[in-house]
Amino acid sequence: MKTQEYTPLFDESEMQTVKMHISKYPKPMAAVMPLLWMIQEKYGWISIDAMRYVGDLLSIPHDHVLGVATFYSMYFKKPVGKFHLQICTNVSCMLCDGYKIFNHISDKLGVKNKGITPDGLFSIEEVECLGSCATAPMLQINNKEFHENLTIEKTDELLAKLRNSN
Amino acid sequence: MEKIILKDIPDLDKIDVYISNGGYSALKKVLTGMKPDEVIAEVKNSGLRGRGGACFSTGMKWSFMPKGNEKPKFLCCNGDESEPGSFKDREIFEKNPHQFIEGSLIAAYAMGIQAVYVYIRGEYWKWINIMEECVADAYKKGLIGKNILGSDFSVEMYVHKGAGAYICGEESSLMNSLEGKRGYPRVKPPFPAAVGVWGNPTTINNIETLANVPEIINKGSEWFSKIGDPKHPGTLLYGVSGHVNKPGVYELPTGTPLMTIINDYCGGIKDGKDFKMIIPGGSSMPPLTKEESLTMKMDAESLKAVGSAIGTAGIMVMDEDTDIVHVLQRITKFYYHESCGQCTPCREGCGWMLKVLDRIMDGTGRHSDLDLLISVAENIEGNTICALGDAAAWPVKWTVRKFRKEFESKIKNENIELPVLNKVHGLRKSDEYVTIDTDENTLVESLIGKVQEITVDENLKRYSS
Repeated sequence: MKTQEYTPLFDESEMQTVKMHISKYPKPMAAVMPLLWMIQEKYGWISIDAMRYVGDLLSIPHDHVLGVATFYSMYFKKPVGKFHLQICTNVSCMLCDGYKIFNHISDKLGVKNKGITPDGLFSIEEVECLGSCATAPMLQINNKEFHENLTIEKTDELLAKLRNSN
Repeated sequence: MEKIILKDIPDLDKIDVYISNGGYSALKKVLTGMKPDEVIAEVKNSGLRGRGGACFSTGMKWSFMPKGNEKPKFLCCNGDESEPGSFKDREIFEKNPHQFIEGSLIAAYAMGIQAVYVYIRGEYWKWINIMEECVADAYKKGLIGKNILGSDFSVEMYVHKGAGAYICGEESSLMNSLEGKRGYPRVKPPFPAAVGVWGNPTTINNIETLANVPEIINKGSEWFSKIGDPKHPGTLLYGVSGHVNKPGVYELPTGTPLMTIINDYCGGIKDGKDFKMIIPGGSSMPPLTKEESLTMKMDAESLKAVGSAIGTAGIMVMDEDTDIVHVLQRITKFYYHESCGQCTPCREGCGWMLKVLDRIMDGTGRHSDLDLLISVAENIEGNTICALGDAAAWPVKWTVRKFRKEFESKIKNENIELPVLNKVHGLRKSDEYVTIDTDENTLVESLIGKVQEITVDENLKRYSS
């Protein structure tokens, strides 16, 4: 099935993790989601070549991996900023001025939804409910930390902190 | 009120604290003294109903699983929790994860399960890490794995991380996602108990449902069935958000009056305002008006009586200044984004409803749009493989019905542009249009009359000048 040779995207120790993930399920195909997560953790986003690589590791068709990667919204199919800000604007956040926070960040960074700043530091995305409704409005950074109970001041502080940490 | 899940014990998420507070004693009880059928009967008698929204009897669901061991059997724990307005499972992962693990192990014993998969939404990065640690701790103590507590019962448990798809909270879609496929729902029948994940018998339970099980085993089904509403017993984790002073998750018995939750526990509406609309169980449930809310009790049967449902008990409160049309537009945008695209009514209908709501918000809506919205919603409902179609249709259908005035106020005095007929070519349209101001009750017939009148006038003007 291998049509092309690629430089391996995982090193020895990561291959052990890959084997661990495959062993969790009765069929190797099921490991496609954890493997895509590993690629994204390491490289920040998932390229078409990386999808082919995952397909070869699991001996499943490349287009199946493409299908999975494009179905789920948390896999980034193109590069995002170093700090990818995911701002919730769903009902509970909207009721607590979630759009105000979104527009403030968008104006301040000068980028629109799914845009990325020219220096590659920030990108923003309007996302659906993240299950943080009691602490709205909120945002998530790089699919990880939640920042809850936001105000304009807190948002400014957060942006400054992120900029300085770079 | 005694709490079943969110107990007031500090550090209950640590396995040692949990064990010293009587944790894993229910597991010991079933492994040493109860047959699997007795466990299922006990859960059935308790009247525990699923907490994921469908409210199906848990004991009944377990009893559908085949008895023999010809094929491996699986249990999937549904922690995908993506319904806007619900955030209760996250509270369980954080405050009492081991009670959920114990519950799923008891369920595994009762049904003869070989492997348990805990499916958690990918956004819950922090809580996935917590659960992975907790499962590892339980493995170390010999509570999961081979020959648990010296018995001949063995089961494996794995945490599976989702990747941001609301649809994967639907049970058959969750199974496809677990298999490493796109999260497309499957046609039922066959039901998961017959053909589930990897073609094997499977049961899918909500996290909160399973977290209730250890206490039912410890204290007995009779004790549990006396809590709250007799037809829907137990406690619920009410997640309150929106315009209230103290939003959060509150564990209270089923059948608690909605106003008690909002006024006594959540400290009333923000800024002392009045409220206009309440969504009782996550964004897909039909909303309640103020009048309905005042006397509403929060349990499956009471909400069913007014055409709504308990859903995931995620209560969203909207004050008197809320723009209902905007709220509905946002809800519809969510379903449009999350529709998996398999069934035409849902894929196209959600986009259609969103377009209509967009133009009502823009101020270019038409009077016929309100009936159009209801018509589209009714044609989605029941015509799709899974319940996402219904979930998208219900809020539209019921919000437009219950809050029609709000919508009409956005489209009053609309201007309708009608073509002027070309006199020379009969019915062919000319490139001229007339704009007519209409109000709410204008009938189509009268509009046609108006156009002809204007057309005649225009012609007269043209020839006389």
